[in-house]
Amino acid sequence: MAESLLTLDDLAVHFMVGSAFAGGVKTLKAVDGVTLEVKAGECLGLVGESGCGKSTLALAIMGLLLPTRGLIHVDSQQISGSTPPDRMAMARTVQMVFQDPYASLNPRQTVRRTLADPLRLHGVNDKAEVEARVMDMMAKVGLRPEHADRYPHEFSGGQRQRIGIARALILKPKLVICDEPVSALDVSIRAQIINLLLELKDEMGLAYIMISHDLGVVEHVSDRVAVMYLGRIVEQGGWQEIFEDPRHPYTRALIAAIPDPFHRAAATIAKTKAKGEIASALNPPPGCHFNPRCPMKADVCVADAPFLGTVGPGHLAACHFRDRVS
Amino acid sequence: MSIAIKLPRLRLKGGMSLWVGGSLVGIAISAAILAPWIALTDPVMDANLMNAEIPPGWEYPFGTDAQGRDIYSRIVYGARISLSVGIISQICNSLIGVTLGLTAGYWGGWWDDLVSGLTNLMLAIPSLVFALAIMAILGPGLVSLVIALGLTSWSYSCRIARAQVLSLKSQGYIQAARILGYGDLRIMFTQVLPNILGPLIVIATLGMGGAILAEAALSFLGLGIRPPFPSWGSMLSEARDQITTAPWLSVFPGLAIFFTVLGLNLLGDGLRDILDPQSTTRRT
Repeated sequence: MAESLLTLDDLAVHFMVGSAFAGGVKTLKAVDGVTLEVKAGECLGLVGESGCGKSTLALAIMGLLLPTRGLIHVDSQQISGSTPPDRMAMARTVQMVFQDPYASLNPRQTVRRTLADPLRLHGVNDKAEVEARVMDMMAKVGLRPEHADRYPHEFSGGQRQRIGIARALILKPKLVICDEPVSALDVSIRAQIINLLLELKDEMGLAYIMISHDLGVVEHVSDRVAVMYLGRIVEQGGWQEIFEDPRHPYTRALIAAIPDPFHRAAATIAKTKAKGEIASALNPPPGCHFNPRCPMKADVCVADAPFLGTVGPGHLAACHFRDRVS
Repeated sequence: MSIAIKLPRLRLKGGMSLWVGGSLVGIAISAAILAPWIALTDPVMDANLMNAEIPPGWEYPFGTDAQGRDIYSRIVYGARISLSVGIISQICNSLIGVTLGLTAGYWGGWWDDLVSGLTNLMLAIPSLVFALAIMAILGPGLVSLVIALGLTSWSYSCRIARAQVLSLKSQGYIQAARILGYGDLRIMFTQVLPNILGPLIVIATLGMGGAILAEAALSFLGLGIRPPFPSWGSMLSEARDQITTAPWLSVFPGLAIFFTVLGLNLLGDGLRDILDPQSTTRRT
């Protein structure tokens, strides 16, 4: 078994919203007790609707948000807790590709500067080496050498995302969190970027956390999939188990919603549908958060929150009827 | 006959405002630097009551004042004081304002509350009144003028800087820089500052015009440059008694202030355009 690169242990990120004067302070449980593991070289797909806490989870892993409770270990170094993490070491281990390629590049820095500055900051002082690594990285992501002195606004969305990927990989990290890396791109460009990410994964031995609300993307790239609903993981497992034998009604609903009539898994479970909208994380329904939308709702679903129980090797689902769903 | 003056198509970066503004400011600055060579007489010593209040003409292009001194020469020398007060004090204001606004917006928390409170305090008291109080303590003179004006109107730069930082803080490239291990100061100087510089430069050039006017106002009140030394404001101040009998005494310093402030404002406008990297487009 490959070594564990990232472990989250009961991670929670809560926000206090509202004011003490108007309606009182409420706790928004954006991430509420997530336990996950990512091994070296594997790709974990993290799926869920907008507002389920995927991006908050990513920011907490990156150290940009302080977790309310729980532990994060990256490369066996604990990064949450009382002592501030070694940000430089973190930077060389975990990097991130952002969703919006238009807002994620500094409009006043050329591609060369965007890529060379982090190298210099991390102690690569030899000019020739910096230049060589910048050029090498640009070639890897499919940018031509003459692009080096251009500014972000001179590129298309797909090219900008390539620059964003190059920036994330320039320090040779082990884990890259891709926060909806293609959802802001034209459909015609998406496949290119996804394939580029997969090539780079093999070439550089990277592990990914692929955050997406698009199951099609996740199915294509992931070794394992975790499904998130209102701050909690409701099901996780290998991509084959998740897509062929989903045990949580929410996962089934997501798969049924794949807009592809020839999709095998989607066609077989097309009956399952989730009703209504995702509930507010400010005021989640009692018991299982999914119960108001669930076609299999029973009394126990309102009374008790189901735990993540094993349904197969490495396959966990948080549903009271995990053994009956199929 | 239609009057169709076809101007040469100036395909220049920044457009007309940059070039008109730049030329006006350039003229004022070169007048200040070249004063000893282009002035016709000494601005202070060449007083001659026989020549008092001569209207503009061939011998004295802008006329003479009540002491018979050449107005043109005094304006040329006055440019030195007016411009240096305007430029130096606005640089002080910009440095104070941008430093406070940038750090307040970026760090937030108690520091932001403190800086915002201070800014509101400065905005609540008219800066000229504040400058008057400082001048009253320090006494008249060039140095105290620069100090008084340089410490009292940083609130606009501070406000603008803080607001800009707040809107940029959540941008992906700022987060990316943090993830890459950049320190706070490095992020502020390499990621945030270059992207908020445009509006700050416009504010700074506007402020220079404002500082020149404030110098004029303080000198007019007798707290700035003391007679007999010329600054545009003190010349106006001295000329107010003769405004009906010898209007050229006030018209020419006034025009000097007007064109310099206009030039600075146009220059700020033009600079904003060329500082935007998107103005140079080169598509693949």
